[in-house]
Amino acid sequence: MTSNTLTPGIIAGRLPADQLSENFSDLHPPLDDHEALVAADRCYFCHDAPCATACPTDIDIPLFIRQIATGTPDAAAKTILSQNIMGGMCARVCPTETLCEQVCVRETAEGKPVEIGNLQRYATDTLMAADVHPFERAAATGKTIAVVGAGPAGLSCAHRLAMKGHAVTVFDARPKSGGLNEYGIASYKSVGGFAAKEVDWLLKIGGITVEHGKSLGAGLSLDRLKADHDAVFLAIGLAGVNALNVEGEAKDGVLDAVDFISDLRQAGDVASVEIGRDVVVIGGGMTAVDAAVQAKLLGALNVSLVYRRGRDRMNASPFEQDLAAAKGVRIITNASPKAVIGNGAVCEIEFEYTDDDLAPTGQMFRLAADQVFKAIGQTLGGDGLPDTEGGKIAVTGAGRTSMQSVWAGGDCASGGEDLTVTAVAEGRDAAEDIHAQLMG
Amino acid sequence: MANLASDFIGIKSPNPFWLASAPPTDKEYNVRRAFEAGWGGVVWKTLGSEGPPVVNVNGPRYGAIWGADRRLLGLNNIELITDRPLEVNLREIKSVKRDYPDRALIISLMVPCDEDSWEAILKQIEDTGADGVELNFGCPHGMAERGMGAAVGQVPEYIEMVTRWVKKHSRMPCIVKLTPNISDIRKPAEAAKRGGADAVSLINTINSITSVDLDDFAPEPMIDGKGTHGGYCGPAVKPIALNMVAEIARHAETQGLPMSGIGGVTTWRDAAEFMALGAGNVQVCTAAMTYGFKVVQEMISGLSDYMDRKGFTSTSELVGRAVPNVTDWQYLNLNYVTKAKIDEDACIKCGRCYAACEDTSHQAIAMSEDRVFSVKDDECVACNLCVNVCPVENCITMEQVAPGKVDERTGLTVSKDYGNWLDHPNNPGNTCAAE
Ligand SMILES: Cc1cc2nc3c(=O)[nH]c(=O)nc-3n(C[C@H](O)[C@H](O)[C@H](O)COP(=O)(O)OP(=O)(O)OC[C@H]3O[C@@H](n4cnc5c(N)ncnc54)[C@H](O)[C@@H]3O)c2cc1C
Ligand SMILES: Cc1cc2nc3c(=O)[nH]c(=O)nc-3n(C[C@H](O)[C@H](O)[C@H](O)COP(=O)(O)O)c2cc1C
Ligand code: SF4
Repeated sequence: MTSNTLTPGIIAGRLPADQLSENFSDLHPPLDDHEALVAADRCYFCHDAPCATACPTDIDIPLFIRQIATGTPDAAAKTILSQNIMGGMCARVCPTETLCEQVCVRETAEGKPVEIGNLQRYATDTLMAADVHPFERAAATGKTIAVVGAGPAGLSCAHRLAMKGHAVTVFDARPKSGGLNEYGIASYKSVGGFAAKEVDWLLKIGGITVEHGKSLGAGLSLDRLKADHDAVFLAIGLAGVNALNVEGEAKDGVLDAVDFISDLRQAGDVASVEIGRDVVVIGGGMTAVDAAVQAKLLGALNVSLVYRRGRDRMNASPFEQDLAAAKGVRIITNASPKAVIGNGAVCEIEFEYTDDDLAPTGQMFRLAADQVFKAIGQTLGGDGLPDTEGGKIAVTGAGRTSMQSVWAGGDCASGGEDLTVTAVAEGRDAAEDIHAQLMG
Repeated sequence: MANLASDFIGIKSPNPFWLASAPPTDKEYNVRRAFEAGWGGVVWKTLGSEGPPVVNVNGPRYGAIWGADRRLLGLNNIELITDRPLEVNLREIKSVKRDYPDRALIISLMVPCDEDSWEAILKQIEDTGADGVELNFGCPHGMAERGMGAAVGQVPEYIEMVTRWVKKHSRMPCIVKLTPNISDIRKPAEAAKRGGADAVSLINTINSITSVDLDDFAPEPMIDGKGTHGGYCGPAVKPIALNMVAEIARHAETQGLPMSGIGGVTTWRDAAEFMALGAGNVQVCTAAMTYGFKVVQEMISGLSDYMDRKGFTSTSELVGRAVPNVTDWQYLNLNYVTKAKIDEDACIKCGRCYAACEDTSHQAIAMSEDRVFSVKDDECVACNLCVNVCPVENCITMEQVAPGKVDERTGLTVSKDYGNWLDHPNNPGNTCAAE
């Protein structure tokens, strides 16, 4: 007897295999050659283009689009990758609707931006499919640098440093490289093991050693790293998660959304991933949306995303909110969790309506839940780190911390949005700064 | 709906849109479909002398260039005249004309350059019921090498001679089709007129190579590793054709000579432009080859709406209306001063005007931190480049500086009087200036 969406409890295989594989296929299917030419043709080749300004990695977007339009996608890829070595992943995961495409003059003119993200993917996919690594390492400098964290910030920094001829060792606590590219990004944004492929491709520059299972704090000390290397770059992301701090939080079935997502990403076969019938996600950001959408795609019958403030305050972009709604996620706003109810395992969760200033209204409601995902923010973990500011490592300029010869970037560092592309930009810029400092 | 009925050198058609002599008019099947779609007339694909017909290449015969969205802008061909037997063409022409007596049907001809050949072919087409002949002196490839087509069209004396033969051996109205592959279009037009032509039609296709295959290193279209120049037509050639039509229209010797305008006519507007410059009607080839015969319906409705808007009741009111305003550069009014003006509300902030003016014109556009673009009147020379590169229609316009106001660039008060180069003080040939 097979299960379906109506089956109560937390179980795997709610949907037939073909439905599941369709659900977890590419969110935006890649452009074929013809589609890419048509899309590229729409670019006006703006002067001092607003899209390029909006890109945290300053990719010369008009140039790469013109290179696609003239039939040279490899040159386009080089233009992209010279600014953003993870241009392939960014093409898939960037919220372009709030970055480059938002300010595209054709958005202004016709409400339809040039498909910059899709074109970027077309160019980078073309080059990576040919298994070409377009950059060469400079002659060895004899300098060694430790990078802690193999996420986008760490890898981007490592690549740029290696390219300049430095010897880089990357330490990461987890068994695989990629950081949230590997463990966090929604499955339908990075299909076909792309995150791992991109890491392999990036490491082709040479001069980078990656050591897994090496955790700063547990075995690895910052002092030691400083002593053994000419510079250290911290890119440890935000490994901790915030707690709800409500009664019953410890009951079975109440999980961190990031763990659910990470298990899903690491599952060989999505059909083996268990999901509840009635799922409640608490939070209003990208993580909350990704957890809710993927719960729905796995076949949960009812998925509610509950956020304590109004829609306009949600961190998830309107595009992502629409995506969630289109997949059948019910978005409830202005409601705060009060209690997790159930005998051992969660069966209901109680909320109170709040106004936009989070003032309680006294009006309560309950949602049936056999699974609750908490997505109310991640936090910096670790002791002995440089000075912090607002819960993150305080940086000035290109990632300089309060400690001599220690730089930081990505989600763990202050400033910038918590986005893959920002992490890549900060890693790259720190590398340039480290290089200038070491060679200066 | 305005009446589009057209009378071109006595040949009547329900509208001024004819299909030019080319593949769309190569046989009965096409021409019947064209008439059903609404075309006013056709010039049948060029016929040659009796005997074995010419042969075409068996590989690709067209090349092209494209604009955005792969819009076909220019087409090039290495096709010859009809490759079907003369008798078949004649039988079909007769049958079509019988069924569509209200449409114009012209026969295009190209035979060797001797009087007997022309006399013979004219006799053969006599009882087809066709309304006239068009002499193809224009085909730039294949036929010229055999002493026909452009080989005749490039020598005014030959044009005159052949036209004379045709008028001598036929009572049919005679249109001479001109090749643009010459340096002064007025010369062949004069020759045609001297020979007794009732009208000229222009332009035929332009010698061209559209592209080169960069792997095989040969021009396209490529036949077994080789290519040759072909005839260029379509939207890209319209400006060249318009100028040639205007030259004939305003030249003393050829003024008033009826013209059938050809070359890149794609929309009603193109047709109206040819007519305003003096063409009595237009002929179309590439637009039909690109979009099918149905395009004529847009041309009909568009021209008719335009005429209604203008209060024209007959196409003759439009024909030649722009000719008096075509002049030579030295007569342009140098006291007419304009400045570019950018409509900030319409601006989408692409900055193309800025790049164009800053890099290649007169540094007359300012760009603010927040991408507001504005024209510096003290630098703008009114070249129009910004208007031309702006992707938004009417976002940048040229505004006249009223007479009496100061032109901030020159510091001079704009004169209300007409003043051209001939009496400009900087003109070395101007004797008044010295006084
Ligand atoms: C669920 C989810 C979905 C997201 N979706 C998007 C999206 O669609 N688009 C987008 O642009 N951004 C998205 N983001 C944000 C984006 O993933 C991050 O901004 C980006 O990954 C930050 O990169 P990073 O290198 O700073 O950190 P991370 O990617 O978090 O990498 C940090 C690395 O450091 C390692 N590490 C941590 N602590 C230690 C330690 N003590 N010792 C050694 N190694 C350590 C980790 O194992 C990890 O490999 C999403 C985030 C989440 C959580
Ligand atoms: C494939 C092709 C074949 C042509 N054959 C002839 C021809 O046989 N006789 C002729 O007078 N013109 C011929 N032409 C020229 C057209 O009649 C016309 O003058 C030219 O294409 C310009 O008009 P357009 O821009 O509307 O196409 C041909 C054009 C094309 C594209
Ligand atoms: S008209 Fe010419 S000179 Fe004047 S602003 Fe435009 S581009 Fe510059």
